[in-house]
Amino acid sequence: MEKYTLSVLVENHAGVLSRVVGLFTRRGFNIHQLSVGPTVDENISRITIEVKGDVYMVEQVSKQLSKIMEVIKIKTLKDQEMVKRGLVLVKIKSHPKNRGEIIEIANVFRANVVDISPTTITAEVTGSDQKLDAFLKMVESYGIEEIARTGMTALERGANTLKLDK
Amino acid sequence: MTGADLAVIALESNGVKTIFGYPGAANAPFIESISHSSIDYVLSRNEQGAAHMASGYARVKRCAGVCTATSGPGATNLITAIATAYMDSIPMIAITGQVNRKLIGKDAFQEVDIIGSTLPFTKHSYLVKDVNEILRIVNEAFHIATTGRPGPVLIDFPMDVLKDEYKGGGGDEINLRGYKLRGRANEAQIKKVAEALKIAKKPILLAGGGVCCSGAVKEIRELTKKTGIPVLSTMMGLGVIPTDDDAFYGMIGSHGAKRANIIFNRSDLVIAMGTRLGDRSVANIKGLEGADKLIHIDIDPAEIGKNMQPYIPVVGDIKDVTKQLIPMLEGWTAPGEWKAEADELRERFTSKFEAADSGFVSPKYFLRRLSEITKSEVYLTTEVGQNQLWCANNFTIKTPEGFLTSGGFGTMGYGLPAAIGASKAQSEKPVIAVMGDGSFQMDLPELGTMRQYHIPVKMVLFKNDRLGMVHEHQYLFYNSNYQMVDIEGGSPDFAKLVDAYGIKSMTISENSQVDDAIRAMLADKESYMLIINVSPYEPTGESLNEENIKYIKKEA
Repeated sequence: MEKYTLSVLVENHAGVLSRVVGLFTRRGFNIHQLSVGPTVDENISRITIEVKGDVYMVEQVSKQLSKIMEVIKIKTLKDQEMVKRGLVLVKIKSHPKNRGEIIEIANVFRANVVDISPTTITAEVTGSDQKLDAFLKMVESYGIEEIARTGMTALERGANTLKLDK
Repeated sequence: MTGADLAVIALESNGVKTIFGYPGAANAPFIESISHSSIDYVLSRNEQGAAHMASGYARVKRCAGVCTATSGPGATNLITAIATAYMDSIPMIAITGQVNRKLIGKDAFQEVDIIGSTLPFTKHSYLVKDVNEILRIVNEAFHIATTGRPGPVLIDFPMDVLKDEYKGGGGDEINLRGYKLRGRANEAQIKKVAEALKIAKKPILLAGGGVCCSGAVKEIRELTKKTGIPVLSTMMGLGVIPTDDDAFYGMIGSHGAKRANIIFNRSDLVIAMGTRLGDRSVANIKGLEGADKLIHIDIDPAEIGKNMQPYIPVVGDIKDVTKQLIPMLEGWTAPGEWKAEADELRERFTSKFEAADSGFVSPKYFLRRLSEITKSEVYLTTEVGQNQLWCANNFTIKTPEGFLTSGGFGTMGYGLPAAIGASKAQSEKPVIAVMGDGSFQMDLPELGTMRQYHIPVKMVLFKNDRLGMVHEHQYLFYNSNYQMVDIEGGSPDFAKLVDAYGIKSMTISENSQVDDAIRAMLADKESYMLIINVSPYEPTGESLNEENIKYIKKEA
């Protein structure tokens, strides 16, 4: 099983996400990660979906998604052709004595410390799945209170864009 | 003008003549507006019946069928029929009432999220939030339902939107940039099909329901006439080639004809047109994938590679593809040896009947006589179960529109309302609903609809006091442990039952009575029921299992 990333432009309508997600459930496809957000055109949203499967499955996913009326354009992105990033917010157990140590680790990962309390540090990291995992592993020993992690979002490298057909 | 008036105008402009439905508070404004329009309505006895009627109507009239139900339970009663239409790609517009906009999400009286409920089996759906959207939405709904691969579209109208004053505006133009209709099919791919055919030793054409959706019956017939390629079909493809035509060798599948399955297995090239190669059709077919054997042509790209990976895929409208293919095959005919082999198989595996009296009527004999006497100049609807497969394998089907059955979803209770819809769609040919005594009872209240509107459906009821299909299944796979399949104790006297609706009937139990009974039924101007006593051990067919043949012998 390989990971595939689908970049999907959809109409910015209520209910579109449930059509997309529902399709995965009923066709037996697994969503590994998903993120949604607006695009330059306020009428269009971009859904980035990471699926695990073989090439036939990804082709089926893509064809089935195309049948949803609000799906305007789909592109399957290969790893080497895109920049893909996720974000994680992590609340780490901390006390004044180890605060510096944690901040040092954060600096190595170019993570930002976004909040501090007497007993915790909250850091924000962006990057690939591997980087996020590596950071979490590093801070695990201090005790992780809470994590909020987004799905990956991606853009094609180079000048290519996911354009609408005129 | 209200939103409801506007919706009705939009329906009229899309050519709607008849609506099937059931009223309630939420769709009441809509029904009120219909009464001031040129649209005729038929009141069903259950919303499911109304949607099946719309399906039968759509298939005969080759347009979108329209049904309406109120919010909540009215809408959920439509569900089975919408799913039925979806699986068989029937164009349908389902119009539901919804609670007022400000009550949505408050668990109001008779509120249900019908869009969410029907999401998996509608081609598209709309919740109308503003009166100005109505014209556009209705136009889009018809466009979506009837183009490409057809299917049901649901429009959910909150009651207050229907009541709102329309002051003009909003526009009626379709705006569907995400709807990708296929253009002309790729010529290079079709050339590959032609090349593959020319070197094939044992080619066959497998016709599915998509041939009918595409309106390509004429083109396929031309292709087979010119090339002599043997044709098989799925259940939805029956009638693409008349089933008594020399080029036709039967329906494939677990309940298809044995000869058809053998021919399918022996072939070295299958041109599958407008079929999803579903499990009931090809589960027992070996070596279809990976052997340079399967060519799959379909308008829906998602069908290609969904169930089977073809070695030549062609995405396109069957009519367009066939039109392009015919000139490429000029002068080519299917190998004579292969045709002789197929003919021999047909000869060997076409069952013959004893028409002797035995205290039961043979349904297979009955259906053959029914097609001979009517010359198949009828619309035949079926329920689901043994009655359906007896029809599929024994009634001569001349056109796909002439055979209305629930193929993909297998919905019991489809045939009777579908027959009502087929009758409303035309009055040239008689409509005959073939049913089992089990499935008839699923939608029997629609007798009231039939009676109220004097819809002259001819009903053929095979009575075996069993849910025969499952009865047979339990014989074959559950060691004859017959459970939940005997309905004898609760069945009404069917003659008295239809008499209570003012419908005449006749009951027969011998093959020698068949001809007279058929003629009496056809001679009657009104609806009529022939009650036919059939052995509970009558096998469905020949193909399911060798054991099947022994069924009748062992139990009798």
